[in-house]
Amino acid sequence: MLGGLAAWVLTSPGWPVVRETFFSWTVFKDSFPEVLDGFWLDVKLFIVVEAVVLVVGLVIALVRTSRAPALFPLRMLATVWVDLFRGFPTIILVVLVGFGVPALRLEGLPTDPLVLGGIALGLSYSAYVAEVYRAGIASVHRGQRDAALAVGLSDRQALRHVILPQAVRRVAPPLLNDFVALQKDVALVSILGPLEAFRNAQIIQGETFNFTPLIAAALLYLAVTVPLARVVDRIGGGPEGAVR
Amino acid sequence: MSAAPVLEVRGVTKAFGEREVLRGIDLTVSEHEAVALIGASGSGKSTLLRCIDLLEEIDDGDVFLDGETITDPAVDPVAVRRRLGLVFQAYNLFPHLTALQNVVLGETRAHGIPRAEAEQRGRALLARFGLAGREDDRPDELSGGQQQRVAIARAFSGRPRALLLDEVTSALDPELVGEVLAAVRDLKGEGMTMVIATHEMSFAREVADEVAFLHEGRIIEQGPPERVFDAPQQAETQRFLRRLAGH
Repeated sequence: MLGGLAAWVLTSPGWPVVRETFFSWTVFKDSFPEVLDGFWLDVKLFIVVEAVVLVVGLVIALVRTSRAPALFPLRMLATVWVDLFRGFPTIILVVLVGFGVPALRLEGLPTDPLVLGGIALGLSYSAYVAEVYRAGIASVHRGQRDAALAVGLSDRQALRHVILPQAVRRVAPPLLNDFVALQKDVALVSILGPLEAFRNAQIIQGETFNFTPLIAAALLYLAVTVPLARVVDRIGGGPEGAVR
Repeated sequence: MSAAPVLEVRGVTKAFGEREVLRGIDLTVSEHEAVALIGASGSGKSTLLRCIDLLEEIDDGDVFLDGETITDPAVDPVAVRRRLGLVFQAYNLFPHLTALQNVVLGETRAHGIPRAEAEQRGRALLARFGLAGREDDRPDELSGGQQQRVAIARAFSGRPRALLLDEVTSALDPELVGEVLAAVRDLKGEGMTMVIATHEMSFAREVADEVAFLHEGRIIEQGPPERVFDAPQQAETQRFLRRLAGH
C-alpha cells in the first residue's frame, strides 16, 4: 500500500519538479554548512533557555503549592505569571519582547535579539514547566509529607528529600516532552533576525527559489527531537523506581 | 514505674469543619507504659495520635511531653516530632528510598547523626526486626509485614520518648499480622513508652498496661485490660466488645 503510493508519486509527471524544488542534492550540499552553522546557535539557545526554565518553573511551582499565609502575594503573582505567559501565543511574546523592549530605548536593558528571544521563550516555557512540576508535587500522597514530618524533618526538608524526588521522577516524561517543544520553538527567534538554522535556510531559499535548505533545517531538528522522543519513551515505560 | 508522665493529654478537642472528632480527651501515659486505644472506626483514635504528634492542630486543651506544653504555639513542632515516633496504618514508607535509607533519613537529616553511624544503627535495627538482607530493597519489593517492620524501625530509630502506633496491622493480610505484633512486643519488652491504637483485642490485652475505650470522641472507659475486657462498666463498651466477639 505504502509502496504503491510511493511508486505512484515517484512516477508521476510532476515528480522531477518536486524533487528539484525540495530535494535537490546540489542545493542541499551547498546550503547545509550554513544551515548547520545556524543550527548550533539554536542548540546553544535551547540549552541555556531550558536550564533557566527548569529552575524558574520549579520556583513558580513551589510558590504556587506553598501554604504559608505570608506567601499569599507571591502565590498570586505566580498564578498570574502562569495564566499570562501560558495564555499568550509564544510568537506574540517573541515579537513583544524582541521588538518591544528595544523600542523603550531604556538604558541597561538587553538589546541583543538572541537574549530577548531567549527571555520570551523562557517566559512562555517556565509557565508550562511550572504546571508540570505542580502536577507532580500534587500527585505525591499527603501521607508522604506526614511521614517525613513524623521522622523529624522540617517542611523544607520534607519537600527536598521526600516530596520533590518523587514528584520530579513522575513528571520526567512530560518535562522531556516540553524539552522537545522548546527545541523546535527556538526557531521563532528567527523573526528577530539572529542567523539561526531556519533563518539561514529561508535566506538561501529566497535567493535560490529552492526549498531544499528548509528540508535540511527540518532534518537537523529531527536529529535532535527524535532521540529525545526515544528517551521520553524509555522513561515513560519504566517503573517508577527505574528512573534515578 | 516513674511518677512523671511522659505524655499527658488534657481536655483536647478537635473538629474538622462541623464534625467534632475529639470532644475533650484526657489521657496520661507514664514512662514504660503501653496504653491501648480501642474503639470503632471513626471514634477518634487516629486523630488523637496525629494531634499528639502535632500533625493536626488541636482546637482546645493541652498536650504535655515530659511536662512541656508541646501544643503551645510558641513551641517548634519539628523539635517535638523529633522526640516522638509515629507508625502509620498504611506504612507510609518513602517509595523512592531503600529500606535502610528509609530508616536513616530522619537520623541524618533531623538528628544530625553522621551517615556511617546512622547506617550502622539502621542495619542493626532492621536485623533486630528480622529484616537482615533486605536493607537495599525498595518498599515495593517487600511484603506488607516487612514494610510495616521497616516503618517501626524508622519510627524507633530517632530514640523517641514515646512511640505512637496507629492501627499498624489493619492494612495487613492476616498471616502477616503476627510478625508485626512481635516487633511491637519486642519494643514493649525493652520498656518503650507507647500509645497503641488497635483493633487487635487479644494483643491489647497482652501488651497494654492500660486500655482506653474511645466512643464518639470521648474516652468513656479506661482501666487495666482485664477490667475493661472482662468486666466493662459502660453499655457502649459492652456493645463494642460483644460486636467484636461476634465476628
